[in-house]
Amino acid sequence: MNKLFVKKYCHIRNNSIYVDGELLYSDKEAEGLRSFEKSVYRHLKPSYNKFFKMDEISKLGFLAAEVLLSDIDTSSYNEEDISIILSNSHSTLVTDQNHQLTVDDYDNFFPSPSVFVYTLPNIMIGEISIRHKFRGENTFFIVENFNAELITNHINSLFLTRKSKAFLGGWVNQSEDDYEAFLYWVSGEGDFKHNATEINRLYKLIS
Amino acid sequence: MEELIEKLKVQIIEQLNLEDMEPEDIDADESLFGEGLGLDSIDALELIVLLEKEYGIKIKNPKDGQKIFFSIRTMAEFIQDNQK
Repeated sequence: MNKLFVKKYCHIRNNSIYVDGELLYSDKEAEGLRSFEKSVYRHLKPSYNKFFKMDEISKLGFLAAEVLLSDIDTSSYNEEDISIILSNSHSTLVTDQNHQLTVDDYDNFFPSPSVFVYTLPNIMIGEISIRHKFRGENTFFIVENFNAELITNHINSLFLTRKSKAFLGGWVNQSEDDYEAFLYWVSGEGDFKHNATEINRLYKLIS
Repeated sequence: MEELIEKLKVQIIEQLNLEDMEPEDIDADESLFGEGLGLDSIDALELIVLLEKEYGIKIKNPKDGQKIFFSIRTMAEFIQDNQK
């Protein structure tokens, strides 16, 4: 059996982006996630207008994927052979609360369709899939903390059953007062072993 | 009418998060969907909400939407004709 490896990984937290443990971009002046995401977009210049329509957590996953996949040749795989397995602890709670605000007041009841459509975490997977043309399996786990074993097992299962050959895995979370993204690319080549111990080590490199 | 058109441009940019766009970038006669501004189906729903929230106008017949939301000018004309 061919083995899987982690080829590249990316952290976004505390208004900074790290790739393979090295600082790529930082904007300490940005106030809040929304402002930081706008700053990152201006820096990366992906020219993707739909970005501005996304909710904050989808933007976070989108930007992490942009950075992670910038020099990975995903076109060497069939679209159906690339899967996305993500996770977090707060689902889309912040967006859910924003939506709730639009329906709380009976006399000012104007639910926003564009907010409502983002009240599911797998929408973020959809945004990444559309952008990068991934059409494999996709799963979003809601778990209390980052669980490398859960994601590793799921990826191994998809690989062993020949459903996918390459994977975007990780954790993208937003709570009321914090946010964090950790994404990694798993395929047949890379410098890091694809196992829970190693992925936990990479996850904890930036704290 | 021109004042209403300018107001609508600002409201649409804000409501639809068209962050890279300024009111002067939008042609009042340009089509909002398709090759014009390139809005999508969710944007169409947001425009319906905008009409109701900002102008108190409900669209009674969904089939009228295509004509009303053809451009900023057709929206403005509809608002002018239907606002109480």
